[in-house]
Amino acid sequence: MDQHLSEEHHILPVKLYLSIVSCLFILTAVTILAAFVDLGALNTPLAMLIAIFKGTLVVLFFMHVRYNTPLMWIFAAAGFFWFLILLALLMQDYMSRGWEVVPPVEFLNL
Amino acid sequence: MTTHAHEGPLQHHFDDLRQQYEAANMGMWAFIAQEIMFFGGMFGAYTVYRYKYMAAFVEGSNSLPIQWGALNTAILIASSFTVAMAVRSAQLGHARAILNWLLGTMVLGVAFLGVKVIEYSHKWHHHLIPSRDFRYEGLLDPGQMKIFYSFYFAMTGMHAIHMIIGIGLMFWLIPKIRRGTYSADYYSPIENFGLYWHFVDIVWIFLFPLLYLIGREPWISI
Repeated sequence: MDQHLSEEHHILPVKLYLSIVSCLFILTAVTILAAFVDLGALNTPLAMLIAIFKGTLVVLFFMHVRYNTPLMWIFAAAGFFWFLILLALLMQDYMSRGWEVVPPVEFLNL
Repeated sequence: MTTHAHEGPLQHHFDDLRQQYEAANMGMWAFIAQEIMFFGGMFGAYTVYRYKYMAAFVEGSNSLPIQWGALNTAILIASSFTVAMAVRSAQLGHARAILNWLLGTMVLGVAFLGVKVIEYSHKWHHHLIPSRDFRYEGLLDPGQMKIFYSFYFAMTGMHAIHMIIGIGLMFWLIPKIRRGTYSADYYSPIENFGLYWHFVDIVWIFLFPLLYLIGREPWISI
């Protein structure tokens, strides 16, 4: 065998995994505490921001995407990007449906 | 030395171990993209209905036991760590360590499901299962409350099914690890199982705030 996979791989130090998992625990505590603090309209965006940050840590370090090839970056990003498109188009549709309550347009009866 | 077909862990249709590894990795990410689409539909529908029936969804979120949700979040994060360590052990070729880390993951996975059983049975006793038996005595539209609980059970239920499948995958992997199937040159099934488990963890990282946390702040509960 002329090459071994083990030599090519980034084997991450246990310390890194420990610091990521500590970060995730701390952020969980932060998001719970923040839920009970009155931040006006910012509570939900903050909760989502923390969740996105936690998810990103898992994807980059636990799922090793940070150390993967560019092709793998595209594969990993595609699903999440698709979800953003879904959410954006869905909400721009539902949030702009105020038209329905407008009384019927009269010229249609002409 | 040229490698011959079926010598060692390298399958004959791959050029080298690296290509074999990347193909497996890419396939798994394609599957995960599909899983994002699957859960994404539910997250999208949840967003729309939460926007439409804000009051009912806020009351629903406030009715969920935050301590159990928080405990399960902690359990899942811990299990993601044990899985990451299992994959690391696989990269180093330490079969014994893979087994131990996977057993730890299994214990955490079962603990998560145990908490879910407690929560579900609590809902059952309070007639909060969306069905004919559904009872709601508040001021809001019971139909809208039903929709909230339908989302709660559909999303956490689908997540729990993924957990059960994950535990099943570990039962499938463990005998193979014992037999010495995996080495530092070939451990894709363990790595891919790890990706799956981390993905299920990420789903919960979003489910927890969306179902249990948002709408708790004092200004919103009248």
